[in-house]
Amino acid sequence: MRKSPPRVNGWILVVLVCLGSRAPLSAQSPNDANFLTQLGKLRDASYGDKEKIIEDLGASGYPNVRPVLRAMLEDRLYFRNSDQKVFLVKSAAQGDSTSLDLIDPVTLKSAGSASIENLTEIGINNHLRRILETTLARFGLSSPDVSVRLDAVLEIEKSLDDSNVALLRERMAVEKNSKVKKEIATVLALAALNDGSDPKALLNAIATLRGSLNTDVRNRLQGLLDRNPDGSYVESDAQVRAAAAEAVTTINHWRSFYSVIETFIFGLSQGSVLVLIAIGLAITFGVMGVINMAHGELMMLGAYTTYVVQLAMPQHIDGSIFVAIPAAFVVAGLAGVLIERTVIRMLYGRPLETLLATFGISLILQQLVRSIFTALNRSVVTPSWMSGTLQVNDALAITYNRLYTMIFTLMVFGALLAVLKFTRIGLEIRAVAQNRAMAKAMGIRSEWVDAMTFGLGSGIAGVAGVALSQLTNVGPNLGQSYIIDSFLVVVFGGVGNLWGSLVGGMSMGIVDEILEPYAGAVLAKIIVLVALILFIQRRPQGIFPPTGRASENQ
Amino acid sequence: MTTTKTKRRYTLWISARRDPGSRWFLGGLGLVSVGVPILNLMVPASSPLHLTSYGLTLIGKYLCYALLALAVDLIWGYCGILSLGHAAFFALGGYAMGMYLMREIGPRGVYGNPILPDFMVFLNWKKLPWFWYGFNHFGFALIMMFLAPGLLGLAFGWFAFRSRVTGVYFSIITQALTWALMLAFFRNDTGFGGNNGFTDFKDILGFNLLSDCVHVVLLVITAVMLGVSYLACRKIVASRAGRVIRAIRDSETRTRFLGYRVESFKLWVFVFSTVLAGIAGALYVPQIGIINPSEFSPLNSIEVVIWVAVGGRGTLYGAVAGAILVNYAKTIFTTSFPNAWYYALGTLFVLVTMFLPRGIIGLIPNRARLRGDSNEQSASE
Amino acid sequence: MGDAGHILDIHQLTVSFDGFKALNNLTLSIQPGELRCVIGPNGAGKTTMMDVITGKTRPESGTVTFGSRVNLLELSEPEIAQGGIGRKFQKPTVFEQLTVRENLELALAGRKSFLKSLLARMTAAQEDKLYDVLETIGLMEQHNDLGSTLSHGQKQWLEIGMLLMQEPKLLLVDEPVAGMTPQESERTAELLQSLAGEHSVMVVEHDMDFIRSIAKRVTVLHEGCVLAEGDMDQVQNDPRVIEVYLGV
Repeated sequence: MRKSPPRVNGWILVVLVCLGSRAPLSAQSPNDANFLTQLGKLRDASYGDKEKIIEDLGASGYPNVRPVLRAMLEDRLYFRNSDQKVFLVKSAAQGDSTSLDLIDPVTLKSAGSASIENLTEIGINNHLRRILETTLARFGLSSPDVSVRLDAVLEIEKSLDDSNVALLRERMAVEKNSKVKKEIATVLALAALNDGSDPKALLNAIATLRGSLNTDVRNRLQGLLDRNPDGSYVESDAQVRAAAAEAVTTINHWRSFYSVIETFIFGLSQGSVLVLIAIGLAITFGVMGVINMAHGELMMLGAYTTYVVQLAMPQHIDGSIFVAIPAAFVVAGLAGVLIERTVIRMLYGRPLETLLATFGISLILQQLVRSIFTALNRSVVTPSWMSGTLQVNDALAITYNRLYTMIFTLMVFGALLAVLKFTRIGLEIRAVAQNRAMAKAMGIRSEWVDAMTFGLGSGIAGVAGVALSQLTNVGPNLGQSYIIDSFLVVVFGGVGNLWGSLVGGMSMGIVDEILEPYAGAVLAKIIVLVALILFIQRRPQGIFPPTGRASENQ
Repeated sequence: MTTTKTKRRYTLWISARRDPGSRWFLGGLGLVSVGVPILNLMVPASSPLHLTSYGLTLIGKYLCYALLALAVDLIWGYCGILSLGHAAFFALGGYAMGMYLMREIGPRGVYGNPILPDFMVFLNWKKLPWFWYGFNHFGFALIMMFLAPGLLGLAFGWFAFRSRVTGVYFSIITQALTWALMLAFFRNDTGFGGNNGFTDFKDILGFNLLSDCVHVVLLVITAVMLGVSYLACRKIVASRAGRVIRAIRDSETRTRFLGYRVESFKLWVFVFSTVLAGIAGALYVPQIGIINPSEFSPLNSIEVVIWVAVGGRGTLYGAVAGAILVNYAKTIFTTSFPNAWYYALGTLFVLVTMFLPRGIIGLIPNRARLRGDSNEQSASE
Repeated sequence: MGDAGHILDIHQLTVSFDGFKALNNLTLSIQPGELRCVIGPNGAGKTTMMDVITGKTRPESGTVTFGSRVNLLELSEPEIAQGGIGRKFQKPTVFEQLTVRENLELALAGRKSFLKSLLARMTAAQEDKLYDVLETIGLMEQHNDLGSTLSHGQKQWLEIGMLLMQEPKLLLVDEPVAGMTPQESERTAELLQSLAGEHSVMVVEHDMDFIRSIAKRVTVLHEGCVLAEGDMDQVQNDPRVIEVYLGV
């Protein structure tokens, strides 16, 4: 699951398209006309003319220049043979594509498509390629948008040459934003390393670079410590070598610090899934003493509900999740109430039988889903606002779906606590959990409370299913793969203790994540299981054991 | 009260004779071990009465499952310990047998390596892992068939019972145990053939595993083992230790206050049960011809429990009847209506737990039953 | 450790649950052959005290000594039971799925390891003992009935019978007459009195009439420590006891 930060190219493109669409689009201004004329010239221009046109375009400051030049660089600039108009295409032509999607260069909106015979590419050569890159970089560096400037700097870093370095120096002098400034300083320092003759300049560069977290930077610094085949150092100055070594250590130190944080966050997000499943179990187990083996399948129902909701509203995938959450809660909750009323009610006080009966129900539910949706996995679309990565710095990136899962878990947890604490039904649930006989004597309809409790626990399972559908494929075996883990969390945390489930689930997720790189995913699972079994041996009642007389009912 | 002394002196045989369930069971078992060889080997293949190789394998499988069910019933029906991981011990016994059978293949494997089984050659291993040593001797393998499940049962039970993990907690961690083992055995580098497990066995003690004759012998051995195990279980539950075990099922705390070490009673019965499960697995593998990690799957263990529940727990023969019935149903369903099997099994779980707490044995009129099972003592009025 | 001559010595025993002190510096001792009644309002710590003596609950501080030498706090429940302390629970807990005979057989004194029980046979002496006890508790007719089929009073007696089979030096009896008819109570009183002398008996009870009918010495517990001790009249006239029982 761990991803390196996505290619910067794609990033820039996204930013650009956003940027472009923000540009005034109303009517064709004189600017637009001028721009189009320039573009039009590209059709028949020689490579030399093209160079001139590119420079003119770059100097014009017209906002759409950037996407257009980018497209040209990526072989995505065409003119239509029929009317000689210039268009961008969405993606470069592949060997087997017969038609291409067109994008209007002024509005940057889709302009239909055209067959490939009707289009002629505006060709470039390697010289032009370099010109384009430099122009784009300069254009980017002078953009008013900070993120565009940052990206431009990163882009330049990949193709450092004297002209680029000069560009950066220029920009450095006028740059106000500290982040961009820092980035430019880093790139300049790297350039200085390349130069590499003057020890003083090198020391300065190293001093600048030791604050970086970038692997490239580290590798470059590391390179200063290399030896030649004959055993002598590549870098002759010992002082420089010492500084470089120190800088490498510092960078490594910080990188490992961030990787610990990353592991921690990954663990928390893994754990939050478990928590989400376990709190539903904790309620049914803790309040009613019922081991619900069908809990995983109720979760599966929630996941399939998400799938069906998306099928029902294909135009609003982004919003579908807000429909899916309550829908899954209701579907799974009703299924839970049904199970409670028909089966579990008959088996109170016989926990082992309940376990078996609910296991039977889980088999039926699985087969039901197989009959309706087939045994194939269904993939649920992740809403666009949940995809992508939050890039904190060079060493730390978190995917949004992990982040949202954590937040979602905490919200559900908070909501559940609130329901138990502040509502009438919550009070009744707690009363029944503590002393059923007494609660009955007070006039609480314990049967009704049982049904509601079970419905609540099941509903939360459904909601957990929505979260899971965003993280993994939805299939009939979805429930099985998590149920044992989540039971262990409940046992680990102390039966019926919501906080215990929270702490238990999170710590299990973290431990799992810490072990994984050393032991591999499967072995890590096994180690966690064994450790947990040993833990249960030592503290059979979990981290937060129930106390007092109530716990002694044997 | 003078009769009490003589009453106490009944022998095992008499107890079986007075107990109609045992009589039916042992009689039926005898019939199988005589009838199957005749129907398979002596009745000509053209006759409608001829038992095919397929049928032979099927009956052998049922008998192995029956032994597994017996093991589960001993601890669940009598001691109230619901193990949802007994298939793990079954599979361990099976793997011990499988390791012997793999070594027995010798140079006849696809890669022709005289020492290394095919999958190791395939994985480019150069030498046999240490835990495979000795499995070329049947005697050693035989010991391991008892030891592997027994020692795991001992270690696991010792931890679990000592810290008084009971009821559903115990069930959950046994489920976790079998799951962890399944994950481990699915890995190639654990050294047990990864997800393909062991198959393509050639022979056992030099006898060809493809011949019906060998299968008949294996089946008779299974039947005998089932009979012996049954009598051993009977002996245990009829002894005072058996009464202590039932007392533990009723109230663990109370038993403790009478001065019994509840943990050690549970542990020994549990270990005995795991060994039985291991034997069942060891007999299963040569007859079925394959063992793979899916035998460890949590579902398998729970299915065993439902066999016992269907048959009627706490009777021993009920467990055997349940195992055979449910598996027969499974054979029919999975060949004729494969999609309906899980519906049927799921429904069975629900209905049996709700409406048939004593299983089908419980449907047999009370008078006949009472003498046999939980009231050995009341054998005579 | 402990005064010579006492069968049970409880010294400065403290037990707390979540900060609530169920026993608070409790000191109490029992003479051999004594029949001691312990009374006290709900929550006075009577059951907790029995839990500590039988090893079910571990105290925070204090000592419990049995027969002047044995430190009970170091032993497990079965070891304590084997050592000669029998307990009858507040709620009658006989084994419902075993017959009366089997219930009594299990309580039989002797080695109780798995292997021993596996091979155990009743000796003639044990059969006789069982016969005697069945007669004492009046369950001869029901000896082959399951525990679950007995009436409430019969279960109470069966439990006392199990204590007798155990041949303990000290019997802890928790509310023996709860739910019994007056006739049944009367028989229970006789039974307990006949036990004292040969065994030491500690009875916890709410029923004052019952206690008056059997008690020589009464200890009153309140909030985890001894409030008063003496014969029935002394205790009943103690102003502190009256205050505790009749309300503040």
